Amino acid sequence: MALLGLSIELLALFIGFGFMVGVFFGFFGMGGSFLVTPALLILDYPAPVAIGSSMAFVFGTAVIATLKHHDVGEVDYKLGALMFVGIVLGIEGGKAVVFFLEALGRAELVVGVAYILLLAAIGVLFVRSALNQSTDDDDDTGDEIPEIAQTIKSYNIPPMVTLTDGSKASMWTISGVGGGVGLVSGFLGVGGGFIRMPAIYYLIGVSLTAAVGTSLFGALMSGAVGAFTYGLSGVIDIGVVTALLMGSALGARIGSAATAYVDEDDVTIYFGIMLLLASTAVAFGELATWLEMPILDTVSFVLLVGSSLFVTVVIFYYGVQAVRTTDSHPGTAAKGND
Amino acid sequence: MLGLDTLSPTVQATLLVAVVLVEAIVLYAGYGVVERAVAPPVIERLGNG
Repeated sequence: MALLGLSIELLALFIGFGFMVGVFFGFFGMGGSFLVTPALLILDYPAPVAIGSSMAFVFGTAVIATLKHHDVGEVDYKLGALMFVGIVLGIEGGKAVVFFLEALGRAELVVGVAYILLLAAIGVLFVRSALNQSTDDDDDTGDEIPEIAQTIKSYNIPPMVTLTDGSKASMWTISGVGGGVGLVSGFLGVGGGFIRMPAIYYLIGVSLTAAVGTSLFGALMSGAVGAFTYGLSGVIDIGVVTALLMGSALGARIGSAATAYVDEDDVTIYFGIMLLLASTAVAFGELATWLEMPILDTVSFVLLVGSSLFVTVVIFYYGVQAVRTTDSHPGTAAKGND
Repeated sequence: MLGLDTLSPTVQATLLVAVVLVEAIVLYAGYGVVERAVAPPVIERLGNG
């Protein structure tokens, strides 16, 4: 028996995995997409299908995040529109690289290795952030333009454009950020919020609040363009996307609600460790192909799903403990970069 | 089955984006109804437990 073109087992797996990814997305504001492509690769989906389906999933989660916020927050629409061309070209470029590698029979390997490095890097950042959190007292105020952005802005490479806040930025910087993030999105099938938001903040130099809102707006554009671009090649598995969204839409609500009860600092280190395990899982997946040892595929799968399940349970555990010991009420601290 | 294969790639890709958009909106709204009905008693029960 099959539903959405998937066996019942796969359907349940994708809904369950989507649920966990949604919890991370709602709670941490990220993790929504950079776990999906690796999971599909481990399940032996071809790289273009894994990346294209992940891009469509990114679009769905970005829509849900936008609905959750009621709007996308403080958005510099002019900046978003100027970045659009770069995003489109970047995604097209990323897709072209994927299909070129696929023609060479190396797409799964290269994308897999890229994910090993990406997940490990983000995992290390999270673990380090968790270990150093007690000494981090100098948070950004949200309105200050970072020094590096001021330096980049001072170069005045024409054509210069005036942004919504009245400041000026080079069209080259804006196009570079849009194109660079689009390339990563199109190549890996991720929303790219984890690099787009810092890039908008540090390289273009808008306020932090506008950077967050404009980044989410960018996720909508990236997701829609990515889904359309890969859709043109007919490689998106809509059954997989639907099952993942069915789980993630629910998980995101619970993850978002949990932020009202659970201190993010308590679970950040688990999320970092999970990303490191996910990186290891993808490495096992690559080794399974390279060494022709199917058992490593199983190890890889168990590691990825098991570590995700563990962090989900940790968030639930802290949430239930907090509800039992406090009288706080659910808030609307919805996050959602992508 | 639905004859979608006969449509041009551009139309198919546009339809796909539209389907994902509608799915996301329906899921968001549907789970919103469930959350409003289920969340308060669950939180209360957990608080009392």
